[in-house]
Amino acid sequence: MPFPDIDNDHRHLKDIKTETRLVCSRITVGFAVVVFLFAVLIFRFYDLQILDYEVYATRADSNRIQVQPVPPNRGLIFDRNGVLLAENRPSYTLSIVKERTPDLEKTLKALAELVEVGEDDLSNFYKGLKQRRRPYESVPLRYHLTENEIARIAVNEYALEGVEVEAQLVRYYPHGELFAHTIGYVGRINERELASFDEVAYRRYSGTHTIGKIGIEKYYEDELFGEVGSQHVEVNAHGRVLRTLERIDPSPGKDLHLYLDIELQKTAVDAMEGRRGAVVAIEVATGGVLALVSTPSFDPNLFVTGISYQNYKELNESPDLPLLNRTIQGQYPPGSTLKPMFGVGGLESGIVTPQWRIRDPGFYRLENSDRRYRDWKRYGHGNQVDLRQAIVESCDTYFYDLSVRMGVDRMHPLGAAFGLGERTGVDIPSERAGNWPSRMWKKAVRGMSWFPGDSLNMSIGQGDVLATPMQLGVLTAGLAARGVMHEPRVVEFVGDKRTVTPPRATFKAREEHWDYVISAMEAVVHSPRGTAKISAKDATFHMAGKTGTAQVVGIAQDAVYDRDKVHERNRDHALFIAFAPVENPQVAVAVVIENGEHGSSAASPVARKVFDTWFAREAERQAKSEQEAMLGLTP
Amino acid sequence: MIQKGQDFVRRLPDSGHHFKSATSIWRMIHLDPWLLLGLLFISIYGLVVLYSASGHSQFMVKRQLVFFALGYAAMFTVAQFNLMFIERFSFWFYLVGVVLLVLVLIIGVGAKGAQRWLSLGFIRFQPSEILKLAVPICVAAFFSARILPPRFTHVLVAIGFILFPAVLIIKQPDLGTAILVTASGLIGLFLAGLPWRYIVGTVVIIAVASWPMWHYVMHDYQKQRVLTLLDPEADKLGSGWNIIQSKTAIGSGGWEGKGWMKGTQSQLDFLPESHTDFIIAVLAEEFGMVGVLVLMVGYFFIISRGLWIAAKAQRTFSRILAGSIMLTFMVYVFVNIGMVSGLLPIVGVPLPMISLGGTSLISLMLGFGLVMAIATERKRVTV
Repeated sequence: MPFPDIDNDHRHLKDIKTETRLVCSRITVGFAVVVFLFAVLIFRFYDLQILDYEVYATRADSNRIQVQPVPPNRGLIFDRNGVLLAENRPSYTLSIVKERTPDLEKTLKALAELVEVGEDDLSNFYKGLKQRRRPYESVPLRYHLTENEIARIAVNEYALEGVEVEAQLVRYYPHGELFAHTIGYVGRINERELASFDEVAYRRYSGTHTIGKIGIEKYYEDELFGEVGSQHVEVNAHGRVLRTLERIDPSPGKDLHLYLDIELQKTAVDAMEGRRGAVVAIEVATGGVLALVSTPSFDPNLFVTGISYQNYKELNESPDLPLLNRTIQGQYPPGSTLKPMFGVGGLESGIVTPQWRIRDPGFYRLENSDRRYRDWKRYGHGNQVDLRQAIVESCDTYFYDLSVRMGVDRMHPLGAAFGLGERTGVDIPSERAGNWPSRMWKKAVRGMSWFPGDSLNMSIGQGDVLATPMQLGVLTAGLAARGVMHEPRVVEFVGDKRTVTPPRATFKAREEHWDYVISAMEAVVHSPRGTAKISAKDATFHMAGKTGTAQVVGIAQDAVYDRDKVHERNRDHALFIAFAPVENPQVAVAVVIENGEHGSSAASPVARKVFDTWFAREAERQAKSEQEAMLGLTP
Repeated sequence: MIQKGQDFVRRLPDSGHHFKSATSIWRMIHLDPWLLLGLLFISIYGLVVLYSASGHSQFMVKRQLVFFALGYAAMFTVAQFNLMFIERFSFWFYLVGVVLLVLVLIIGVGAKGAQRWLSLGFIRFQPSEILKLAVPICVAAFFSARILPPRFTHVLVAIGFILFPAVLIIKQPDLGTAILVTASGLIGLFLAGLPWRYIVGTVVIIAVASWPMWHYVMHDYQKQRVLTLLDPEADKLGSGWNIIQSKTAIGSGGWEGKGWMKGTQSQLDFLPESHTDFIIAVLAEEFGMVGVLVLMVGYFFIISRGLWIAAKAQRTFSRILAGSIMLTFMVYVFVNIGMVSGLLPIVGVPLPMISLGGTSLISLMLGFGLVMAIATERKRVTV
């Protein structure tokens, strides 16, 4: 017993009373300290809970309340008959919030055992991670989860911190390839787009992963998008949303109704029979685009949730250029399709008259020059070629003569009046302007002065002349409307508001001149000597048209174009422009078939099929509305 | 003084001539009704808060109820002990405790990098808890056998056997328990009449020595650790996170609180350790300052009653022991509430009687058992 006994010698010296007093006084001091410490604590809580209450109450609220953006539903896109062309489909997306995932690699590995995660999904996911993101923004890993996969994730949720299954509306294009170039597609917002956002746009897209990339989806992005909403949600410390406290609903984007007609579009695609090229059909009265085909095409749905590297590579490196929208980006020599325009211009300026005839030996020779400018017909069109015959048989020599006498300074304004060399202004982005040469242009670009030979080439739509199929369509509609030009439009209604097109100057010419040229164009299709007589067979209506053949490679002086010796890709492009019916033009069509060789045989039947379908559709619509009127369905 | 061969269980007072009045029922069962009332009040209050803090876990509340049952049983049992016996064997308690502490460092088990437990196969326990009682008992026994106020050499001996187990506990590491063990011993030393000049002298020496220590002896990383300990809010995502969230919980409770089970900080998991060390923040958030004051009144009542019992005790040993048990309890309360409310650095000290946890509860109740025994100790006819 070390302690009690050690000091027994002194035990007798203990003074019980003093000792008791001493210990009791120390206990009293202890009690005083207790009172003091409680006072300190109470003051501390008074400080925190009463004096600084507001500060901490606010802090607690900002802990638990998050403001989340509520993305609006994107507007739908319909064709002119109300057929759905772009819709939003509910889809379950698996996404990961990196900030909430303790071990990303482990989580990904665990997920790979629960759902199918392909290499593309992973590489897209990492790409998404690397991009600048808003903090706590989820990055999608897999789209279109199946019911089974959702269930498997739900069961294992406890082990998957930071993993979310979000119900999202994902853009879907039910007709796939059919409208890919026109409607375009939406895709993941990329870094460049994110960087270009201002404050307002940043807020706007805060709840959205996608944005319109090309086509109508891009051009009408603002209208389709709508207005973002927001909600105040209560979250716990792990970021899981527990309930919604307050919500400002988003306003959905506006629906678009197009001029396009799905049946017409299908007809045109079918008529292309897998050949490369473009078809543009325009409503003459309005400039509305009824069909817009660029072949080959691609499935826009591939791009919506991020296209795989393999798929993209295939599309991008294909020699057929499926990603190119040929209708507005393909630039072709328009060839002889410009001849009716020069005809009207020639008559109107008095350079030629209906009575004016030339001798065509199969070539044209400028004064003081030995060079022969060849007609496409080896021995010419005869000694008495007038304008009508020159259009019907597409006589080059006649227009060589016309161009020399008209000169580039009058040819250029003529083409410009019909929209050549200038973007048509159609409501699809990334349109190209083609090329409509002039003296100034040649000086600026080529550094050379204009030669008479250049005018000759220009008159048959060759040389430096380039035009997009859309420009040819607009030009054709302009001829059909006797000089009244419209800016082409794909979208007819945004919401319930009709789109407006800026007015354009009308090309003025006398009626008799129009009658003359249009009648010649009619004969191109409907006369035995017409270059497009092949497409007149059994037609219930009359068309006015003009074929064109555009050289891809130059042919040497005196050489003869021999198709067997020319590589397929170097064969001539086939073109055809037409409108119908002649007496009251409704539709104007421009067809380009790459390496199709002859506008007459390759391109003109495509236009004919488009017209056939259009008039059949019109008849149907007529019958239907008459029926409805009879039943009193329409007010 | 000490009669050899005395039973360690006291005989019931047979003659009654030691007491003025007739023996009350409380005296017969060796309990102090006022202290018991205070403890029961805090226990029930604690269970109510725990239910909310544990995320409405009936399991945890039931477990805590079992701990309370064990704790009250332990208290009741200890209250029946003869204090003479305890005083006599104090050194052996101490020795056993220290040996077990050494064993913990060698073969102990634990979690989160700390080695605090001894496993007996069917049960695990923390030997450091034994020292929470053994140290004050030892100090009380040591000084009650000596002339008070103590001599310098005695003070040195006492400080030696107080700090030795504390160092072992720090090594586990368990700073909170080490502080409590040291505090309980130093409080005993203070109650034994440690001269004021020693106290003042020590404070002055520490103050003077800290300056050269800080500038010439400590490494940068050591300084950093001290700074983080003193100002946890500087480390916003680490230890600072806890203190920021607990202060937010407390402050947002206001005067009336958000209501039982309606605290956003605690119910939405922003508050860490909400059912253990940081439970006062749950109480403060849900019951507001009113609830905090009620708790403090409860604690104050228990401590006041305990100190009253100490002052009225029969012997110096009992006085020092009861006093140090009650003042150590105050240290518990102050360190926990102080750290959760951001007054003190964060050391792992639970809120006594309220935080979930069996071991600390049982050692607390054993302490109250000793105080109960002191309260009803037979007045002996002294020489």
